[in-house]
Formats: sequence, C-alpha cells, structure tokens
Amino acid sequence: MELAVRGLTHRYGDMVVLDDISLHIPAGEILCVVGPSGCGKSTLLRMLGGLEQPDWGEVLQGGTPPEGCLNPLTYVFQDFALLPWRSVAGNVSLVLEDHRLPSDRVRAIIQDVLARTRLSDFHDALPRQLSGGMKQRVAIARALAVNPAVMLLDEPLSALDAQTRELLMEDLVALWERQPFTGVYVTHNLAEAVRLGHRIAVLSRRPGRVREVIEVPGPLSERHAGDAGLEAIQAHLWALMRDEAMAADLELLDA
Amino acid sequence: MPEIRVPFRGGGFRPEARRGTGIAVFLLLLFLIEWGTRTGWISNLTLPRPSDVATTLGDLARSGALWTHLLPSLSRLAVGSVLGISAGVGVGVMIGLFSYIRAGLVPLVAAIFPIPKIALLPLFVIWFGIDEGSKYALIALGTFTPTVVATYGAVDNVDRGLIRMGQSFGLGWWSIVRKIVLPGALPGILSGLRVSLAIGIILLVAAEMLGAEHGIGAYILQAGALYDLERLFAGVVILSCLGVLTSWAIGKIEKRLLVWRS
Ligand SMILES: Nc1ncnc2c1ncn2[C@@H]1O[C@H](COP(=O)(O)OP(=O)(O)OP(=O)(O)O)[C@@H](O)[C@H]1O
Ligand SMILES: [Mg+2]
Repeated sequence: MELAVRGLTHRYGDMVVLDDISLHIPAGEILCVVGPSGCGKSTLLRMLGGLEQPDWGEVLQGGTPPEGCLNPLTYVFQDFALLPWRSVAGNVSLVLEDHRLPSDRVRAIIQDVLARTRLSDFHDALPRQLSGGMKQRVAIARALAVNPAVMLLDEPLSALDAQTRELLMEDLVALWERQPFTGVYVTHNLAEAVRLGHRIAVLSRRPGRVREVIEVPGPLSERHAGDAGLEAIQAHLWALMRDEAMAADLELLDA
Repeated sequence: MPEIRVPFRGGGFRPEARRGTGIAVFLLLLFLIEWGTRTGWISNLTLPRPSDVATTLGDLARSGALWTHLLPSLSRLAVGSVLGISAGVGVGVMIGLFSYIRAGLVPLVAAIFPIPKIALLPLFVIWFGIDEGSKYALIALGTFTPTVVATYGAVDNVDRGLIRMGQSFGLGWWSIVRKIVLPGALPGILSGLRVSLAIGIILLVAAEMLGAEHGIGAYILQAGALYDLERLFAGVVILSCLGVLTSWAIGKIEKRLLVWRS
C-alpha cells in the first residue's frame, strides 16, 4: 500500500503546528521524518494513521493491503504501549482477538511473530519483567501479528540505549528484507534515519514545513554504522537541521 | 585520599509488611485495659473487662445465638453491597467514558454523597418496607456513592496512550472498555471497595438498630438499652472482626488480580 499527504495543515489553538505538508510514500518504501523538537512529527504521524484529524488537507491511501492483513495502518509507539496486565503472548493476542480467527491460527501467529522477534522464551513473561529493548520487540511483534501494509513508527528506539538500538535497527532491517512493508519512521536520530530510510523528509522548526526530501541510495541490508556515504548524507542533514534546531531551542526559551 | 564516607540519604517512604505488629499493638491495648479494670484504675462503668467480653463472646458462640445474629447481618451486607457496588462500578465507568453522563451525574453524585443515609431510613421503610428491603436499599445506596467516585477517578487515570493503541489496532469499543479500561481501572476500583465496604458495615448496624429482631445491630441495641457493657462490646468486637475480614479479603483479591504491578 502507498500513502500520500496533501496540503496538511494543523493548529493547536493559535499555534500552527503543521503547515502545508505534502509527501508521498510509495509502497514498500520507508520514509524517515526528521526535524527539530516540537515541529509536529508526532502530530503528522497520528494523522497518517487516522488517530487525529487535520484542520486542512488530507491523507490518502492507495493500493490494496496484502492478503491476511488485519490492520493496514499499524503503529509502533515510542513508549511501547503494552498492557502491563497481559503477558507477552497476551499483548500480541490482544490485537487478534477481535478478528474471530480460529484459536490454532491465533496460536500459530503468536508463535511466528515471537520467533521472528526472538521472544519465544518470554511467551508468558509480564512486561515489567522485560528490559526496554525487549518491550519494544514485543510491540514490534504485536505490529507484525496483524500483517500490516504500512508501519508507522514514532521514535521507536529513542527510549533505548545505543547498543540495544543498534541491535533493533538490524532487526527492523531484517524484518523489512523478509517482507518489505511501507513505513514512516519518525526520529530525531540522524544515524537511524540514514540507516532505515529510503528517503528522508526534513521538517523545519514549528510551524513544520517540508524543507527537503533526500534520497538515500543503496539497499538497507548493505548499510552499516560508519559507512562513508551515509556519514556524508548525515552531515548534510545535520547542516540542514542545525540552524533550525538552534532557533527552535531559542524559541522555547522565549516562550 | 577522601576519607569521609558519603552519608546514606535514600530509603523510606515505602511501608513494608511487618508481620505481627498489628496484633502486638492490639494485644498491648487489651492488656492495658485488662490491667486497668482489674486494679480499679478504670472503673467498671467506663469499660468492661476484656476477659469478661471474651467470656460473653464464648457463651454467645456456644448457645448458637452468635449465628442467629451474624447470619442475617452477613446476608444483608452481602446483598446490599453487591447491589450498591455493581451499580456503582457501572455508573462510574459510564461517567468515566461519556461526556453527557459525566456532566449530568457528577453533580448528582456529589449531592448524594454527603447525605447521612441513616437519616433517610424512615423514608426507605416507606418505600421498600420495614423488612429486608429497606436494609438492602440503605446499604446499597451507602456503598454506591463512594464506589462511583472511586471508579470514575480510576477510569480517568487509565493511560490514554493504551486506549489510542487499542484504537490504532482497530479494536472495537466494547473490547477497549473490557480489555483496556476496566483492567486499568481495577486498582483504583479495588481500593475504593475498602471504603465502600466499611461504610456498608456502618449502615448495616444502623439499619438493624431500627426494626430488626436479629442481627449484630439489634444485639448491640438491646445490650445498650440494658447497659450491659460486656454484651455491647462483644457486638462491637464482632463488627471490628467483620471490618478486618473484609479488608483482608480485598487485600487477597488485590494480590491475586494485580500481580502485574511491580
Ligand atoms: N494534543 C495537543 N494539544 C495541544 N498542543 C499539542 C498537542 N499535541 C502536540 N501539541 C503541541 O504541538 C507541537 C508539536 O507536537 P509534536 O508532538 O507533534 O512534536 P514532535 O515533532 O513530535 O516533537 P518531539 O520531537 O519532541 O517528539 C508541540 O509544541 C506540542 O506542544
Ligand atoms: Mg514526538
């Protein structure tokens, strides 16, 4: 499935948060969205998945979801959003229960996604018993269980330490290689953006506008930390964002 | 080399289970009263001797009179509080979820809450009859309001992020309420139950003091009329035990249902 955003504008009270955003996310491609703090990235993502309505403009979806897709637009949240009273398997089964699947099919899906996220041994563990990285893997397993056409990820790795982040980035790339999904990946980490994005949209400080959309060449699986080409793109991104970030910082001080 | 050890500043603010402390305080108090009444330091008219109260309780149990009083009381408490608490949880959840119901009912609940329900007993007798009906109604109304307040507070405190997550996975409204809102509100609802049941016991006794042949309240009232302090205190002890028992039971339920909390 593909997504398109046309002329999205939104304000909270008097404050314009998003200003005339237009983007296109082709099927099977990951778009990373970077921008200074408070520029409306999370707001944009909520609108992409239909959790919030824009004041002006529209979000369009095209193409048909793959067969067996239970929830075409699926989120992975920054704070994991796991039910603390349900086990790992219970959290995954939550999103399957409303679909009247036969119980052996549900069990098979749970086993499959837990295996894909290397969580099979933690089937019955409660979220409080898991580390941050494992919690996010549960959230990713839950998202995979509904076989999504589009994954919407809001800073999914920013609550994690650098090593865990590196591991999970490799996991995400492996999952995408296995079954290329359309993705929108919001992050403030430029290294993540160049590793996971086919294209990167740079937003300006509030009100968020699209400043530039950058293509990152090369397949995801061949990108590694410290790659010279990626470093150059990252430096270019940083040059774009630097002034915006500093200005955004000052704005917050004034407010 | 630095040589002053960094002083410890953490700890505290987290009460832990200390076995037997409650019983020790209780026994100490009983011992003091026993000692005071035996030495004459406390007059027999002010407080009965604990050992005499214990004897009275023993007689009560042996004669079977304990059960003729306790069973009707327990069934009144059970029926009344089940009615009041289930209605309270239902209304509380609705207040927590629907704007109009909230706007309409919150002031009403605030108006009903501070009314001393005992004052309404004569009215209840007219509405529901002098027998069990009025007693059930009194206990139900008394447990209803605190349960409503605790429940909608608990629903308000459910993490909205979890609810958005449910919506983002296309869960139905009823699934979200059943699987996210209710379990999330359960800790708050359970701690509200403690208050509700204590109020239920208070109202039980009040209702039984007015027109009941059997029941702990009737027993206490009879003893009070005769100024029979031993029997009066025997009744009070039974009530306290009832209070401790319900609180203990809720504690057990919490441990059972809320293992997921750290
Ligand atoms: N529900 C809301 N009501 C009012 N203002 C809001 C709301 N949600 C977000 N905002 C404001 O809109 C602006 C953009 O918020 P948003 O969370 O989209 O930014 P962001 O780019 O995701 O920031 P960050 O990098 O810190 O996550 C912020 O100034 C925020 O305070
Ligand atoms: Mg954000």
